[in-house]
Amino acid sequence: MRFLLRALLAVGLPVVLVAAWWFGSAGSQDFYWPSLSTIVDAFGRTWTGAMFTEQVFPSLWRLLVGYLLAVVVGVALGVLIGTFRSVRSLLEPVLEFLRAFPPPVLVPAAILLSGIGDRTKILVIVFGCVWPVLLNTIEGVRGRDEVLSDTCRTYRVTGLLRLRHLVLRAASPQIVTGARQALPLAIILMVISEMMAANEGLGFTVLQFQRGFQIPEMWSGVLLLGVIGIVLSLLFRVAERSLLGWYHGQRAGQREW
Amino acid sequence: MVAVAARPPRVTGRRFRSVTLGAAGLLGFALVLEVAPRIGIVPIDFAPPTSQILVTLADQLGQESFWTALLRTLGTWANGLLIAVVAGTAVGVLLGSLPLLHAATATTVEFLRPIPSVALIPLVIVLYGPTVRSTLVLVVYAAFWQMMVQVVHGVVDVDPIARDTARSFRLGPWARVRYVIWPSALPYVMTGIRLAAAVALILTVTGELVIGSPGLGKEIDNAQQSNAVRVVYALIVVTGILGVLINVVIRQVERRVLAWHPSARAEAVVR
Repeated sequence: MRFLLRALLAVGLPVVLVAAWWFGSAGSQDFYWPSLSTIVDAFGRTWTGAMFTEQVFPSLWRLLVGYLLAVVVGVALGVLIGTFRSVRSLLEPVLEFLRAFPPPVLVPAAILLSGIGDRTKILVIVFGCVWPVLLNTIEGVRGRDEVLSDTCRTYRVTGLLRLRHLVLRAASPQIVTGARQALPLAIILMVISEMMAANEGLGFTVLQFQRGFQIPEMWSGVLLLGVIGIVLSLLFRVAERSLLGWYHGQRAGQREW
Repeated sequence: MVAVAARPPRVTGRRFRSVTLGAAGLLGFALVLEVAPRIGIVPIDFAPPTSQILVTLADQLGQESFWTALLRTLGTWANGLLIAVVAGTAVGVLLGSLPLLHAATATTVEFLRPIPSVALIPLVIVLYGPTVRSTLVLVVYAAFWQMMVQVVHGVVDVDPIARDTARSFRLGPWARVRYVIWPSALPYVMTGIRLAAAVALILTVTGELVIGSPGLGKEIDNAQQSNAVRVVYALIVVTGILGVLINVVIRQVERRVLAWHPSARAEAVVR
């Protein structure tokens, strides 16, 4: 009974909202607000087959490459900077300055520097997403447990072993936080780099529909971008749970205690 | 006693060292960007050296169109942030204090929140054209979630003992909001404002770049279209400075508003 109630609470409002949209817009004659059934129809027509492999897939690929590169670079630099106090003092103002740039302004500069190819877009994603990862990693590395640090020193745990079991492990909750903050940025940068500098890709295609006044197709594109955002955030949560299971377990244990 | 007396100068000494190092870092960074194009590591035509960017920036500062664009960007940012903060706080307090409503809307929020605001770009162009209103929709949409989620956390996070005490003393609803919910939610509210302000700036510039609503972003896009390379970089630097300033101001406000809070006091002692 309790479970049923909870399930009802969870799906109730979404179902009501979608139903309201569906029936409220049914038979809509408004050019800009087509009915939901028209949009769903356009969705099926537009985004299957060649369109997916030629426009959507390359976009997602660039997103993935750029995002992963940003995480790797951010963690590597973060460990380096977080470990040495003087390096940190030296670079902190520069990093704070670079982080303060709204990442989309990089798109015009990147176009000037390397044209409108894949490289530009990946570059923009990396440069925009690296900051949250980097700064959080620095904090995480800095805030590692003193006792564990001393224990490692006592047992002469050094090098890769120390990096893996002490430094990265201690920083991993922060790294994951940074990676979570970077994800929506990556999507934003993927879309607008394609809107500003591309002749293919998801952002370009959706904007093309808008320019051609193919309104149902445009709406279906908006819907697709939304779905991509939702799916990626769900995937991230699954990955987080498997990576940080130990941490959440520890926290929960501490709370009970 | 001697050790206690000797401590403050040492701390300031370390502070002095880190400030000097930081300044050296900034200087070195500017120097690298000055030298790299000059010796041909990056093409000088498309990545001008720092000095040239600064000269162009000084030139921009003398132009009226620059200040108009800057004020427009700031205006859009401030309006969007204000709307998002007010709406986010209102909805957040409501959801945070009514558990049933919170449970009923949780999945909907989880679905709506990750929808990238840029997905709305084609929609707002069709509906409102290249106007400030279009950009404002993006800004509010993106900043609202940041604010709302933090406020909900803050309201839910109220200490159960404080809540029970308030009930024992028969505090009215208004007094409960003022003396129980507000102080415990305030740190979250400030975090929400800080996050929302950063996101709002990103979306303001994005809207101006992509939609073409008036402001710095549009000027950058125009400069890039007409190949005015140095102007592109000068304006990008301006947006960066804007970002830094917004960050600094909000952190100052945060520190002042939360001076009574244990987390702020702990920070003050450590530093």
